[in-house]
Amino acid sequence: MRRVPEKPEKTPGTPSGPTAEGLDAHLVVDRGAFRLDIALTAAPGDVVALLGPNGAGKTTALRALAGLTPLTAGRLRLDGTDLHRTPPASRPVGVVFQDYLLFPHLTALDNVAFGPRCRGAGKAAARALAAEWLERMGLAEHAGTRPRHLSGGQAQRVALARALATHPRLLLLDEPLAALDARTRLEVRAQLRRHLDAFEAVAVLVTHDPLDAMVLADRLVVVEHGLVVQEGTPADIARHPRTDYIARLVGLNLYRGRAEGHTVRLDAGPAVSTTEHLSGPAFVAFPPGAVTLYRDRPTGSSARNVWQCAVAGLETHGDQIRAELAGELPLAADLTTVAAAELDLRPGAPVWAAVKAAQTHAYPA
Amino acid sequence: MTTGRQASRKAHPRTPGRGVPLALLVPALLGLAFLLVPLLALLLRAPWRSLPEQLTSPAVWEALRLSLVCATTATALSLVVGVPLAWLLARADFPGRGLVRALVTLPLVLPPVVGGVALLLALGRNGVVGQWLDAWFGITLPFTTTGVVLAETFVAMPFLVISVEGTLRAADPRYEEAATTLGASRFTAFRRVTLPLIAPGVAAGAVLAWARALGEFGATITFAGNFPGRTQTMPLAVYLALQSDPAAAIALSLVLLAVSVAVLAGLRDRWMRAV
Amino acid sequence: MTRRARRTRVSRRIAGFGAVAALALSGCSPSDSGSPGGAGGDAVTGTVTVFAASSLKESFTELAGRFEKEHPGAEVAFNFSGSDSLAAGINNGAPADVFAAASAKTMKLVTDEGRTAGGPRTFVRNRLQIATAPGNPHGIRTLKDLTAPGLKVVLCDRTVPCGAAAQTALAAGGAGLTPVSYEQDVKSALTKVQLKEADAALVYGTDVHAAGDKVEGVHFPESAEAVNDYPIARLEDAPNPSAAKAFVELVTSAEGRKVLVRAGFLEP
Repeated sequence: MRRVPEKPEKTPGTPSGPTAEGLDAHLVVDRGAFRLDIALTAAPGDVVALLGPNGAGKTTALRALAGLTPLTAGRLRLDGTDLHRTPPASRPVGVVFQDYLLFPHLTALDNVAFGPRCRGAGKAAARALAAEWLERMGLAEHAGTRPRHLSGGQAQRVALARALATHPRLLLLDEPLAALDARTRLEVRAQLRRHLDAFEAVAVLVTHDPLDAMVLADRLVVVEHGLVVQEGTPADIARHPRTDYIARLVGLNLYRGRAEGHTVRLDAGPAVSTTEHLSGPAFVAFPPGAVTLYRDRPTGSSARNVWQCAVAGLETHGDQIRAELAGELPLAADLTTVAAAELDLRPGAPVWAAVKAAQTHAYPA
Repeated sequence: MTTGRQASRKAHPRTPGRGVPLALLVPALLGLAFLLVPLLALLLRAPWRSLPEQLTSPAVWEALRLSLVCATTATALSLVVGVPLAWLLARADFPGRGLVRALVTLPLVLPPVVGGVALLLALGRNGVVGQWLDAWFGITLPFTTTGVVLAETFVAMPFLVISVEGTLRAADPRYEEAATTLGASRFTAFRRVTLPLIAPGVAAGAVLAWARALGEFGATITFAGNFPGRTQTMPLAVYLALQSDPAAAIALSLVLLAVSVAVLAGLRDRWMRAV
Repeated sequence: MTRRARRTRVSRRIAGFGAVAALALSGCSPSDSGSPGGAGGDAVTGTVTVFAASSLKESFTELAGRFEKEHPGAEVAFNFSGSDSLAAGINNGAPADVFAAASAKTMKLVTDEGRTAGGPRTFVRNRLQIATAPGNPHGIRTLKDLTAPGLKVVLCDRTVPCGAAAQTALAAGGAGLTPVSYEQDVKSALTKVQLKEADAALVYGTDVHAAGDKVEGVHFPESAEAVNDYPIARLEDAPNPSAAKAFVELVTSAEGRKVLVRAGFLEP
């Protein structure tokens, strides 16, 4: 069962005491035009996902944690030990690389035994330990197989076993599911979730896929342009996205503005009526499914939020059609194929969009 | 590899008629002919009748043995220092790396005789380094079998370094990183991960270096001189035989040719099977 | 090759000037206008192609300058190489007027094919010397001194003329000598002494001479047993027989001999 650590929520960047368990890092890496500057803390048992678009600096952060990319500044402590200057080979860190990087000339067993061997175990002991790990991963019969004969899911598990066999205090996973096809992915994601649940130290995974992040991690850290833009539980972030990127990820229309009672006056221009009563800077969000489209201005509608738009693009989204609308308020709307046909939607067509106040969600910025 | 290759062959069956375009085939065959005709001429003009007599001369076998021993030792020496050098050029970051790479390839363009003179000036009894070897350890290298090995190494090692460096550049350096995160030192990562990964490139480089060392003439005769059984390798014997007895020279060339072909074909088979 | 090309270019210029000079100075030296050998009224003009052993390069080049001065309108083209390959070239039809070989044996290859016009004449001889470092640090005086333990001696390989001569001389002196190397030609043997890699080498007197003060030559009596005769001959198929004759006569004249002796050759 998942062990939920009982600990007060730490604010990022707060230095922990020297005996504090888990990860306490402030990673600063300067690389010419790009600068990574993120704080990251996690208690043993935590699974933290670094989520962000490509080029946000997630992999750089992971490499910095592993010691493969040197820190320009900041700090890195694991279970109270300063790792800032520790070479990667001496860090109690295990890494599952994006395409696994299993050594092609070694069998699955020898791949897993490699770490224990390097950390001083005898040949027989290392292989026994490796066999145990493969057994645990359900790969006992593939011990003698070379990586190129393993399926994607098997290779992923061997990579995980290889990383875990050194008993790391910090497990790093770089896009652990990206190399898999959609069908295998589902199954491997569930397995990985079980293995991460059983892992007693800190795990940090990097992904650009929100679903992977939400299924696998207890806590999400959203990184954009080298900075943390939001962090929290998956549910929290899904409900209260703070950037366009996250909103798009979780499938919400998100706007920023100033709340005055039940109205949020958006920076972009129009106002949105909400049910929440707020004042000051605020976000307002609503899902694309809450938007109703009309060819003519709706008169009998109870919706208080009505905007004139034009269709900017259409794409199939499951059994629905998602319309990207431009105009007073850029937004995304989901509708059925039948509705789309009735409305005669095509790029450039004028439409009216309406959203009920009850379906919006406003929260302080 | 074997199963992998078979699988890919099944996936892309060879279609007859859709093979080689003429624009490639014609120059390819011309190139092949250019390489093979001189060898064919050697076979055609060989003194087949006197061949058995030529080949029973112990001097021939002495030269052949010396050639094989020296070329193999030179290749081993090239491997021991050349592979690390290639690694340095491919993986380490240091100022002037481009210049060092250019310098490493210099012996490729240097006429071998000039290489021999350079070795004499460096390692000779009176050479920049050689005079100290002589004074401190009583070691003189010219006119010795060691000298032959050094001359061959000087000429052959660049081939190995270039070949291995190319393979290293093509190899994914992240495997070394993966090994590092598992606790391997950089040397362990090199020995247990990188080296097995680049083994085919190292083997190809070693074969190239061996072949070059086996045929080495200019640097050897200039640096190590010519003394039967000690420094007279096959190419030297061939050259000197050519002065007085062209038939004997052709016979010796044939022996050298046959042995090289046998060794290279043998290595190729074994190497193909191993990978 | 470069050397030869340059030579030709220079001689052509000299030839041009020579024609003018001959007109202007025709009264001054009447003996110059006739052929030295008195070869009738044949005018010596055009190119004379001389195939000569490498060791003759310096002295023959000097003689060519004199030849062209004596015969305005004539020029000398050289092919300097090993005598063996020159002989092979002539026997395979290379267009040459004169052949000067470094040994009677190589000349015989050409005469046996009947390609010489008139018999070859020995014009100089060359004798082996012991080449040592300047100042002769090991005090080598005789052939026997070369057998001293620890002394590094290089010989030419017996397949080349200087090596064959060395074997003959050593046999005559009864000296059982084991060299450190049998070098592929006389220049490489000499280089080893110049670089002080070898303590001594058996090479020709002309080579010692050509090396200047970089080596010292030691004469030894046994070298008399291995004297190399240098024969010269006009060739049967010479494209320019009159010039060929004139050149051979210059080489064998007292004047020619003087130039050759200065280069370290011995009189026949």
